[in-house]
This record gives sequence, C-alpha cells and structure tokens, in this order.
Amino acid sequence: MNAVAESRPPESRIDRRFQALKAEGRAGLITFITAGDPDPASCQALLDGLPAAGADLIELGVPFTDPMADGPAIQASSLRALAAGMSVRKTLELVRNFRKKDADTPIILMGYYNPIYAYGVDRFLVDAKADGVDGLIIVDLPPEEDGELCVPAVKAGVNFIRLTTPTTDEKRLPAVLQNNSGFIYYVSIAGITGTASAANTAVDAAVARLKRHTDLPIAVGFGIKTPAQAAEIARVADAAVVGSAIVTRLADGLDESGALRPGVVEDVLGFVRELAAGVRGARG
Amino acid sequence: MIGRTLQIGARHRYGDAFDGASTSLQAVPQTMTRPNTYRSGPDEQGHFGIYGGRYVAETLMPLILDVEKAYREARADPAFEGEMRQQLKQYVGRPNPLYYAERLTEMLGGAKIYFKREELNHTGAHKINNCIGQILLARRMGKTRIIAETGAGQHGVATATVCALYNMPCVIYMGETDIARQAPNVFRMKLLGAEVRAVTSGAKTLKDAMNEALRDWVTNVADTFYIIGTAAGPHPYPSIVRDFQSVIGDEVKTQMQEQEGRLPDSLIACVGGGSNAIGLFHPFLDDSSVKMIAVEAAGRGIEKGPLDHAASINGGRPGVLHGNRTYLLQDEDGQILEGHSISAGLDYPGVGPEHAWLHDVGRVEYSSATDAEALEAFQLCAKTEGIIPALESAHAIAEIIKRAPTLPKDHLMVLCLSGRGDKDIFSVAQHLGVSL
Repeated sequence: MNAVAESRPPESRIDRRFQALKAEGRAGLITFITAGDPDPASCQALLDGLPAAGADLIELGVPFTDPMADGPAIQASSLRALAAGMSVRKTLELVRNFRKKDADTPIILMGYYNPIYAYGVDRFLVDAKADGVDGLIIVDLPPEEDGELCVPAVKAGVNFIRLTTPTTDEKRLPAVLQNNSGFIYYVSIAGITGTASAANTAVDAAVARLKRHTDLPIAVGFGIKTPAQAAEIARVADAAVVGSAIVTRLADGLDESGALRPGVVEDVLGFVRELAAGVRGARG
Repeated sequence: MIGRTLQIGARHRYGDAFDGASTSLQAVPQTMTRPNTYRSGPDEQGHFGIYGGRYVAETLMPLILDVEKAYREARADPAFEGEMRQQLKQYVGRPNPLYYAERLTEMLGGAKIYFKREELNHTGAHKINNCIGQILLARRMGKTRIIAETGAGQHGVATATVCALYNMPCVIYMGETDIARQAPNVFRMKLLGAEVRAVTSGAKTLKDAMNEALRDWVTNVADTFYIIGTAAGPHPYPSIVRDFQSVIGDEVKTQMQEQEGRLPDSLIACVGGGSNAIGLFHPFLDDSSVKMIAVEAAGRGIEKGPLDHAASINGGRPGVLHGNRTYLLQDEDGQILEGHSISAGLDYPGVGPEHAWLHDVGRVEYSSATDAEALEAFQLCAKTEGIIPALESAHAIAEIIKRAPTLPKDHLMVLCLSGRGDKDIFSVAQHLGVSL
C-alpha cells in the first residue's frame, strides 16, 4: 500500500506561477543548476540572476556523490560543488539569500534521498519551508516509498514533484500521480540526464496521455539543449526544463584550476535569455 | 510475524537523531522483540525491518516489478529449479566438499574447523551460484543483453562466464582504478567474450561501477537484465541473491549431518555486500543453537575513520544508496565515502539490507578483521592447509584464528571459504615486499 497524503496542499508559489503563465498564454522555462557549482558565491550570483534572464521556475540540484540518474555533465557538477564544500545546509542558505531578493519565483530542490535522510526529514522540511523552498524532486523516491518524504512534505506544505517516464504505464500512472502536486515532470527519454533528445511526436503523445489523467501542469525535460528544442517542447507542454546544457555552459567557463573565468555567469545568463526567448516565442 | 513484532512506524528517522558531532551513530530501533522466525523477510515492499526497499528512479520501477513477478513465477516452476540444479551440478561442480581442516584445527587447539569449499566451484568463487540463477531468470524474461558491475572482477568473471555459456552479449562495468589493479580478471572477462567498460566517474571503483550499470539499465530497459552480484540493491535483488546463494548453507546442513550427525555450532563468513555470508547463514537462522559471525573489513583500523576501512555495520550508519536502505559509510551530510580494504571484493561502502537487519535484531554478530590480520591468515591457511584463500575469505579465517582456540574441541565451526586466492597473489606479494 502506498501512503496517501490526507489532503491537497494549499496553493503554492508553484501553483501561482503556472496560473500566471496560463494567463499569459505561454509555457514556462524551468532552469536547473547545481547548488554550489562551481563555488557558492558564483552559484549565488547565477541563481539570483536567473529570474531576470527569463527562468520562470528554478530547479536547484542538491549535490550527491552518487547521482545514479544523471549523465556526465550533472555528475561532474555535483562533484565540483561537493569539492567546494556544498552541503544540504549550504544549499538552503543559497535559497534563503535568493528569497531576500525574489518572493515569487518558485525554487524546487532536486536530488537524491540520502543527504536529506542524513539531515533528518522533519528538520529538513521545517528548514526548507522557512528558507523558501517550494518543491522537491527526489529521483530515488518512487511512490512505493512515499512514506519517507513525500507524505511528510505535502503535510509541511512543500510540493512533491514526481518524475514520470516513458516506462510508466497506464497501470502505474495513478500511483505515480497520487500525492504529486505543483506540476508533473515528464522525463521524455528512458535514460539519464543530458543525453539524447526524444522525438517531438512521442513527447506530444505522452503529454496528451498525462493530460487525460491530471489537471496539473506538465513540464518536460531530459535532453533539451537548444532554444529551438525548448521552443518545440513549449508548444506541447506547460514548461520546458533545461539542465545539462546550462551546467555544461558553466563548466566550459572554468579555467584549468577549476575556477570560473570572469564573465561566465553573465554568459550563462545570456544562454538562459536565449532559451527563454525560444520558450516565450513558441506559441507566437 | 516479523512485520508485527518489529513494527516501528511508517518512517525511520535515524537522521533526526544525528547530532552532527558523532561519526558512528548506531541504529537504535524504537521497539524490538524477538521474532518467531528470522527467515520470513522481506515483506511485500522488500523491507527487512527498516532496511531494504526500492529506492530507484521511476524509469526502473516497472522493470523491477517485472523482475519480482518473473522471479516469483520462476521459483514456483519445477523446470526452472531443475535446470538450475543441473547446471550447478554439471557446470559449477556442486556440491563442493565440507572439508575438515585438520592441521589448522590442531594448530589452533580448540574448535573443530570445517571449510565449505566454495573456492572449488568453476571460476573459483561462490559468485557463480547466483549468476547461473540470474541468467536463467533473464532468459525466462526474454531479455537479450546482460550487464553487471564488478569490483575485484570475480562477479564480472562469473557473469561473463554464464553469458558465454548461454551465448548472450555481456557488458561489465568496472571502475578505472579497479581495472588497473585487477588486470588478470579484466583479461579473463575479455577472453570470455564480455565487453569491459571502464568507469571514470566518481571515485572510479565498485560503487561507481554500480551507478554506471544502473545508468545503462535506465537507458536500455527494454532488452537488458542487470545481474547484481551481491545481496544488495533494490528489492527483489537482495532476496534473489540470497536465495541463489543459500545452496551454500543448505549443503553445509546436509553435509554436517552426514559427517558429524548434527548441526554446526558456529558459522563464519566474510562480509562486504554479504552474498556468501547470507548464503551460508540463511538456512540456519532459525536454528537457535547455531552462532553466526560475519567479518567485515577493518582495513587499516576502524578507529582511524571511515576512509580507512570498509566496515559499514561497525563503522557506518543507516542511509539510502543503490536502491536500498542499509548501513553505509557516509559523512555527516549523507555523502557516500570510499571505504578501504586490502581486499577489493570487500571494498564497498554498503552492506546487504538483510545483514543490517540481522545485526539490529542481534541474530548475527558482526566482527571485523584488519588488512594485517587478513594477510597473516592468508599465509597461515596456505601453509597449514595447502589452500590459498581469497583475501576476502582470509578475513573470515582471521576471525577463526582469534576464536577457535577459546572453544572446546567438540565445537563444530564452519568457515565459508568463498573464493580462491590466485587473483590476489600479486597484491599480497606487493604487501609483503616481494617483487614478482
């Protein structure tokens, strides 16, 4: 038996943002960066600059030594962040600082369960909520393990966003959607982050299938690398997620010692502006 | 029922009690009474007490549920059991002997010591028992491609072997660091037709090889079966591996009855992930007179900290990795640490979830042996019994050296000699300062 959250959570920052996007008649851009990559100060600057560059929602990766669902780009970014001393506590600090400047852009922490488990689930939810975290995407917590974090998160007023995949069949879908709030994250390929892109027809059909089962907005990610691809996704989904391409752009700006060259944060934000332009123009 | 007697609530929050100052917090279950049986786990959700479970990405969940269903059906099918028994007999060479180690017994002057000779299996270790079972399951599921992870290379060799036997393409993931220190096994796998893929991510050792195998599986869900080598990973793998390795304990039970007319008094096995130990122990768990000791790798000493040993139970704390909750070597922030052991086969930062549970309920004692003790036991076994043991098994022999002299002569002690040491002679020579 899967654990069931007792009630739907109250309206969240994520809900409000998707309502606003709907009112504007456009899809959103969700950008992923890894907390603390390549160092806490540069990451804070990048994070703080994302909304103005056109990110509608932000996924902030909580670095983990063993990111099993991630491709080489995000694996490397996690290791860079850990080497720079990043932790769950410091990830929450980045969010707290961000919230001093931005009260509206939702932040979703994305990562793996063990660092949160080590921090302590209850303490983590209290701190995350207080620091301005709106949602969680925890890759290695399927509905079978909802009692661990998902149900407590929903009770604490933090959205729990589930990954659905091409392998999630009709039979499983209701269980996957249960307790899911905020939006649904459709992983467009069976695979790891930052690899191949899915055919648009397949994404189209998958989004249509999900729409039959849920009223929640649907974000599509894994394998979106260019403004044109983001625009393609924005035509069929409620949001496009770009992660590895942004993280790679950042990594390309490192010098031999692993430090960020001057101007790279601006360059990455420029790339985000291009992505945002693609997404915003998609249904024009 | 175990599920009732060990009920401790829907959520388990050892992390909440972690004060950030201690690095060796041990699990303290909230209520704990002695179950009626130790052999009924896991429950429907794959839990042994609070351990085990299915902590995997959604992409893999449907596949894992398929594996579980196919495995349940296979175990109920006499044809599956029949083919497995046939291969274990004709190809692996089972049953292997339960050998009375007379000279070692005399030398230690206490307990009567028997070796379960898993090192005499084809490929030289217990790993093949499980590989035969899993490849038959893969075929039954219609899978056409096999992947596996390996550390020292023993599980990789066993997997490559069964893939050759059943003519299936095989990709073995192995950390770049391990490839460099286990060149003979890499060559063996290639001779057997396997493709060995070097893993360059993370620390480039066994845990990273497992991450990479999981990434492959997520990408190739339709045609690929993942043969996990140790009694860990997401449910149902810990129970699948345990069941296929239980042939070790089942044979010991029969052989000891034939040779001594009774049950053994104690069982000793090394534990990294814990597949040979659980295979030896499981058939005896409800025989309350049988004491069981699992020996972890203490490396340069557990007291030196988690970078110097691979003793997840004695020097780690509960966490979630590779699909299951278990004892892990990790830092305060839940980041996984690289353990150390002289033996590459024990050098894994976790342990099978059933071991974690057997530790908490107190049914099995988890001891440890250092690199130095294992090296000494390795040489002693070679010289007194004419058997070169694997460095993994040498950890268990080290425990015998400590324990046997304190016990009466009618105490029957069984050691699982899980593998032969040919693969280790180069590293042992290096440690002894001998150049080959």
